[in-house]
Amino acid sequence: MSVQMWTYVFVFLSFSLYIGIAIWSRAESTKEFYVAGGGVHPVANGMATAADWMSAASFISMTGLISFLGRDGTFYLMGWTGGYVLLALLLAPYLRKFGKFTVPDFIGDRYYSQTARLVAVFSAIVISFIYVCGQMQGAGIVFSRFLEVDVTTGVIIGMAIVFFYAVLGGMKGITYTQVAQYCVLIFAFMVPAIFISIMMTGQAIPQIGFGSELLDGSGYLLDRLDGLSQELGFATYTEGQRSTQDVFFITAALMFGTAGLPHVIIRFFTVPNVRDARRSAGYAIIFIAILYSTAPTVAAFARANLINSVSNAEYSAMPDWFGKWETTNLISFDDKNNDGKIQYVGDAERNELTVSADIMVMANPEIAGLPNWVIALVTAGALAAALSTAAGLLLVISTSVAHDMLKRTFMPSISEKQELLYARLSIFVAVLIAGYVGMNPPAYVAQVVAFAFGLAAASFFPAIVLGIFQKKMNKQGAISGMAAGFIFTASYIIYFKLINPAASTADNWLFGISPEGIGTLGTLINLGFAYTIARFTPDPPDDVQELVENIRLPGES
Amino acid sequence: MSNTSANSYWKANIKLVLTLLCVWFLISFACGILFVDVLDNIRFGGFKLGFWIAQQGSILTFIALILIYIRAMDKLDSQYKQASSNDAQDTEGEAQ
Repeated sequence: MSVQMWTYVFVFLSFSLYIGIAIWSRAESTKEFYVAGGGVHPVANGMATAADWMSAASFISMTGLISFLGRDGTFYLMGWTGGYVLLALLLAPYLRKFGKFTVPDFIGDRYYSQTARLVAVFSAIVISFIYVCGQMQGAGIVFSRFLEVDVTTGVIIGMAIVFFYAVLGGMKGITYTQVAQYCVLIFAFMVPAIFISIMMTGQAIPQIGFGSELLDGSGYLLDRLDGLSQELGFATYTEGQRSTQDVFFITAALMFGTAGLPHVIIRFFTVPNVRDARRSAGYAIIFIAILYSTAPTVAAFARANLINSVSNAEYSAMPDWFGKWETTNLISFDDKNNDGKIQYVGDAERNELTVSADIMVMANPEIAGLPNWVIALVTAGALAAALSTAAGLLLVISTSVAHDMLKRTFMPSISEKQELLYARLSIFVAVLIAGYVGMNPPAYVAQVVAFAFGLAAASFFPAIVLGIFQKKMNKQGAISGMAAGFIFTASYIIYFKLINPAASTADNWLFGISPEGIGTLGTLINLGFAYTIARFTPDPPDDVQELVENIRLPGES
Repeated sequence: MSNTSANSYWKANIKLVLTLLCVWFLISFACGILFVDVLDNIRFGGFKLGFWIAQQGSILTFIALILIYIRAMDKLDSQYKQASSNDAQDTEGEAQ
């Protein structure tokens, strides 16, 4: 069977599975719609969290980015896994004990203020919306490349699927489809990784192959990669190029951001009790680590493979995959010296090959000459990654509107049935808007993803941690901290990413911190404001202090 | 609910979390970023140690930290339940 046929088969099978789950898991109450009834098993929640978390970016782009960044790519790996330590130790158990539906629920009740609730609603919607547009766009691109439909059709198919299970099933439908999507995506990621590791090093476990000698006798993989990089004038693979403080700040911003992203936090509201919240954080990190510890190995294998296949090779003799990816502009060749050979070198003047980071996962199986069904599997995996994350984000938007804004703020008298209807309506509208943005992507979508992490790090993370660990933290401190962190981080990123991208160089950055890492400084500014202002304003009321004492103790929800 | 057992539970919890976060910082930020070049002088197999910690070891450490936390908190929870039910009995005894 051809790759095309296999792709249709896998996509059809996986989508039928998601639709089947959607029909089976219709939500009947707001509790089911918001937190899947609160009865999700910790293993299932761990898988759902992993799928919720690992987006199109993790699945498709991250490996390629690491491939080109070498050791600097570490900030993605540590940042996007280390945040789970913070989440597990500082947030998840206490928020579960608090036992409501959303992050603005916690912020509003803990800081006894509708203003705080609305600031949280605003941040949650902005963060989730930026993130979801990227997912829709990712899904559209995957569809258009592999199924040979145009991006618009691709986005519509993606929207229809997400719409089906998110609107019908809410969190309940999303949770169980995410479990299925995790299985699909991890299988799709691991199979090519294992294949390529066996091919290149004879080791079935990629993490071991990573440190092994190559079968072609050219020594250890990483040494060979360092050697090739130096020979061709690229940066040495296992050495860093970015400044230490920048890597430090980016890693911290991604960690704080991970722990403060509302769509990840709300997953911990779905388990029965505090003990299960801790357990599911443990399962989540294990399920996530399977992909995150494999990604750098694939990055290294793919990079070595790419250099070996293209460097100084005759252009006319390149295999099929080269032409196929050329038509998508993910790889492009410009024969500057007209010798008919591909010069792939670090020197921009002489370099003739431009390779997009996304190609490393999507074309890697073809470059390595793996069987057709393995190549096709990658499509189903990438779609699972994009759709599962999109659904989780849409739910945050829907709960923020229906629960936090309407029920808890502006229309407290609506019945549960009406609230559920509003929740479904808002998810419907959110799907439409996200789909529209996915079809007409603004040029800067990829760049503003840094926003989501920076903003979550600078607004939610400190406010929630202080709310749990500082009994005396009051509403004035928390609100001003969130506002200051949010505004500072947003202005810095908007300035360097949107208004004046030309000025975005290490010399112009504040303390040499890139916009990707500025969320860390935003976190510190948030904390500074919160502590200073809380010192000069009244303590929180007694019932709030009791609430804090209560969430610190174990016991039934 | 007794205040003494609640306080000691919370103190033990803070101590545990701080200890684990020290390891978290030490492995990821100290070994993986700040001192990575120094550690790269040590080699095992095909890996430089600093590079390996940054791209592999740190992730394994994160898993270990969360698993240790889960176990330690389960223990702490059951100790607390024991202590608070003892406290409750004591207070009852005094009342009689």
